[in-house]
Amino acid sequence: MKFGVVLFHTTSSAIRAEKEATRSGLSCQMVPTPRQFSSDCGFALKFDWSDESQVKTLLASKQIGIAGLHRLE
Amino acid sequence: MIYLDNAATSWPKPPEVIQAIASYLEVAGGNPGRSGHRLSLAAGRIVYDTREAVAMLFNAPDPLRVVFTMNATHALNIVLHGFLKPGDRVVTTSMEHNSVMRPLRARERDGVAVAVAQCEKDGTLPLERFAAALSGSARLAVVTHASNVTGTLLPIRALAELAHSAGALLLVDAAQTAGAVPVDMQAMDIDFLACSGHKGLLGPPGTGCLVLGPGVDTSQIKPLMQGGTGSRSEHEEQPEDLPDKFESGTPNGAGIAGLGAGVHWVLARGVEALRAHEMVMAGNLLEGLKNIPGVRIFGPMETTDRVATIAFTVEGRRVSEIGWRLDEEYGVLCRVGLHCAPAAHHTIGTFPEGAIRLAPGPFTNQADVKTALNAIQRIVTG
Repeated sequence: MKFGVVLFHTTSSAIRAEKEATRSGLSCQMVPTPRQFSSDCGFALKFDWSDESQVKTLLASKQIGIAGLHRLE
Repeated sequence: MIYLDNAATSWPKPPEVIQAIASYLEVAGGNPGRSGHRLSLAAGRIVYDTREAVAMLFNAPDPLRVVFTMNATHALNIVLHGFLKPGDRVVTTSMEHNSVMRPLRARERDGVAVAVAQCEKDGTLPLERFAAALSGSARLAVVTHASNVTGTLLPIRALAELAHSAGALLLVDAAQTAGAVPVDMQAMDIDFLACSGHKGLLGPPGTGCLVLGPGVDTSQIKPLMQGGTGSRSEHEEQPEDLPDKFESGTPNGAGIAGLGAGVHWVLARGVEALRAHEMVMAGNLLEGLKNIPGVRIFGPMETTDRVATIAFTVEGRRVSEIGWRLDEEYGVLCRVGLHCAPAAHHTIGTFPEGAIRLAPGPFTNQADVKTALNAIQRIVTG
C-alpha cells in the first residue's frame, strides 16, 4: 500500500488535522516527520495515498494550513 | 466553611480537574509541540483537546484561535497592548476591572485616546451613552460581560452592533461569565473574548485564554512576548502561525489539562443549567439581604439582568468589620473592599470604602445561603 504524509508548521495544526481526519473516518497516523521532507514540526500525518483527495478536501474545508503534502516512496 | 468568593476564584474544583492535572504530570508530561516523541505528543493532544473544548463552549469556529494565557488579565493585555497603536481611540465603560483600566491608562501615555461610557448606579449601560462614546472614530471597544462588583450583565450583542457600526472591534472581558452565562461568540458577534480559566471554567489558577474571532487580522497584533514556539525554528523572527504567535515559551500544560477537565465538566452539565442553579442562589441571597435592616444592595434586583455576584453595604458599619466577622465567627468567606475595580465603585457610589461581595458558585447550596444570611443578620443586628 502507498502512503502520503502531510507536513505542518505547528504541532497544534498536526493534532487538529489528525482529529478532524479521524472524525471523517479517514485512516491516519501521526508519525515523526520523515527527514527527507524538511519541516520544523516534529510530527507529520501519514495517510493512505488512496485517500489523497479526501485529505486535501478536509484540510481545505477546515482551513488547516499545511507545510507540504508528499507521497512516500 | 461556606465559600462565597467564586468571583475571585472558584472553589472547590471538580475532582476530575485535580485528576487531570495529576495525570498530565504522571503520564503525559512531555513538552507539547517541542519534541517528536510520544510524551510530547500526549501532552500536545491534551493541550489541543482543551482548545477544542473551549472553542466548543464559546461557539468559536477555529480551535487554533484559542490562545492560552496565565489569566484573563494576560488575555486582555495581549489585545490592549498589542492591537492598539498611538493615535487610536478606544471606548470602554465605567464598570471595568483594573485588568482593563490599568492597561488603558498606560496606553493613554503612549498616545491612545480613551473614552469611558458612564454606567448607571446599578452598573447598567444605556446604549445611547455607549453610542455617543463611539461617535467619531474608534478602533476598539472593550467591555465587561458582567461586573465583578455588582454582577450586572451588559448586552453584548447590542454593544457589538454599535461598536462594529462605528468601525471598532469588540473585546469582551468574560472573566465573570465564562462557564456561568452562555457565551456564543458568533451569535454575539464578539471579536476578542478574554476569560480566566480558574473561575467559572473551574480550572486551576494560572490559566486563562484569549479567543480570536474569525474577523480579527492577527498580523495587526504585536505579541507581548516573543520566543520559542517549537515551530519554524529556523527563523529568528516570531512566527505568525496561531496560536504559536501568542504562546511563546513552554505552556502551563498541567494547568491547561485541568482547565480542559473543568470545561468538559461545564459542557456536560450545560451552562444554562449551571446558570439556573446560580440564579436560585442569587435570588435567595437578594431576598434575604433585602429583609435585613440597614442593608443596601447594589446592582440589579432581577436575576435575569445579572450573574450571582452580589455587592452590599450596611449603614453605619465598616465593610471590613463585617467581612472579618463573617470569616472569623461564622466561616463565611467573601471579599470586601474595592475588588480591583475602583471605576465600578465610583460608578455605584461606594468609593473608597468599597462593599461586601457574595459570590456563590456551582457548588453552593441552599443551606449555605441560609447559613450565610443568618450570619449577616446576626452581625448586623447584634
